[in-house]
Amino acid sequence: MIRMLLLLFFVSVAAFTLVSVSPIDPLQANVGQAALGAMSQEQIAKLSEYWGVGIPPVERFFAWAGDFFRGDMGMSLLYRQPVTKVIGVKLVNSLWLMAIAWMLSGIVGFILGILSGIREGSLLDRIIKGYSLVIASTPAFWLALVLLMVFAVWLKVLPIGLSVPIGVEASGVTIADRIQHAILPAITLSITGVANITLHTREKMIEVMESDYVLFAKARGESTYRIVKNHALRNVLLPALTLQFASISEIFGGSVLVEQVFSYPGLGQAAVTAGLGSDVPLLLGITVISAVFVFGGNLIANLLYGVIDPRIRRGGSRA
Amino acid sequence: MIRLNGRIKTVVLFGIAIIFLIVVTMVGAFFSEAAMVTDFSRKDLAPGARYLFGTDWLGRDMFIRTLTGLSMSIRIGILAAGVSSVLALLLGTLAATMGKAVDAAITWVIDLVMGIPHILLLILISYAFGKGFKGVVIGVALTHWTSLARVIRGEVLQLKEALYIQTAKKLGVSNAQIAWKHMFPHLYPQFLVGLILMFPHAILHEASITFLGFGLPPEQPAIGVILSESMKYLAMGRWWLALFPGLFLVLTVILFDVAGESLRKLLDPGSVHK
Repeated sequence: MIRMLLLLFFVSVAAFTLVSVSPIDPLQANVGQAALGAMSQEQIAKLSEYWGVGIPPVERFFAWAGDFFRGDMGMSLLYRQPVTKVIGVKLVNSLWLMAIAWMLSGIVGFILGILSGIREGSLLDRIIKGYSLVIASTPAFWLALVLLMVFAVWLKVLPIGLSVPIGVEASGVTIADRIQHAILPAITLSITGVANITLHTREKMIEVMESDYVLFAKARGESTYRIVKNHALRNVLLPALTLQFASISEIFGGSVLVEQVFSYPGLGQAAVTAGLGSDVPLLLGITVISAVFVFGGNLIANLLYGVIDPRIRRGGSRA
Repeated sequence: MIRLNGRIKTVVLFGIAIIFLIVVTMVGAFFSEAAMVTDFSRKDLAPGARYLFGTDWLGRDMFIRTLTGLSMSIRIGILAAGVSSVLALLLGTLAATMGKAVDAAITWVIDLVMGIPHILLLILISYAFGKGFKGVVIGVALTHWTSLARVIRGEVLQLKEALYIQTAKKLGVSNAQIAWKHMFPHLYPQFLVGLILMFPHAILHEASITFLGFGLPPEQPAIGVILSESMKYLAMGRWWLALFPGLFLVLTVILFDVAGESLRKLLDPGSVHK
């Protein structure tokens, strides 16, 4: 636990250092060269103060970190709202998406992995393996583009972007609208997420099927279904779960790209906007929040070891 | 048809992948000027015999642009993955040999890098170095070394305890000699395979980060730039702007994967008789 907090602290230090050494001038990036030239010295000074130019980085870090511990992540410079509020809104949008994709890809990937691993080299195995390899090499944003082309532009069955219909008031947005807008991004994320877990589960499954205890079960005349259910499932589930919890970082990265393509107003898109617009407080806030999720996932993975595998439970906690 | 054994098949596969990648890189680099040529008399053409991948709204030939973009991606990938793997080799070895404190520190850094989602870290690093070419290469290089470093660290730790290394030590062979003569040959295959398998990730991440606008500048015909531009024209039904460059990107990544995996098989002594 302490280790995690320390790591989080260092994540924020690293992130802060990175944005501090940046040669990008927030004034130039947001106001533009021409507008800057036309401004008076006073106006420029005022803007510099707003964007925090000229204060030594160390001082800025402690001011920022101090506020952070009190729950104040500062003001987003682009959205002109507290960072906590911006992140709150975006996070809800993204969590929807990521949670669906995470569950779907986990379950589908696991099942595909088992099916493919039962008989190595069978037609089904080769199809699933080929599919996974291709998907693993496909950039998420391109897949998003292709799905967008097929379903939104060509077939016109799903909306082309955003999380709610355009021109409808917030109160008029129905759950159905939200679901409809989340379908394509969620499917894209799920499809890309499946590859890893499938390939991994398949490897483990092949290992299990070659083991002595499965050979013996076969000799006893157990059916394939019973072998999978009684002997393989638990052995394969542990590494799969661990991988799935450790893959939160991947899902997050994918969502950044996918949200960008679908103009889906989630955390990932906010991160890109913040990065392009030099909105340092927001960028830092998102980095720390996402690191919390990643560490949380790893922690859960470690705890789950004990729940599923009695050998590790006896050996004491690993986290 | 002649029946080939598994090993020869793997060699052939490896050769085809490598040759294809080299040709794309060379051709792309050679035509980089042609990729910028605009011609309004041929804009927005759908793919056909003359323009295989069609042309865009400025009349630029998409086939040449795709090749140039890929060539760019491959070169960046090689550069970044090269730096990254050397970093991994150094840090992995240091962690395993320089005692507990160094080991703890390096493991700590690895955890740190892995704790931030890759894309976000790439955005941060690219931002720190002022975006553009430098930002991408440094970003990709700094984010990809972790897993290989772990592998190498584990491998060296095991090697240190190996009987033949212990014997060499007792015989008074110097540390440098042991590292070079006894450890390096053992690590080399793993390192090489790790390096090649790092390319696909490096290329994908370069394309992604460029796509998001943090990578190569928009005037470069990079794959990420091409795809991000194509987004604006998607709703107008110009599907070819996105489809073919993306397909070729996927193909390139797969081929790197194939090359790496076949090399792994070839170097693995267990598969000699297959």
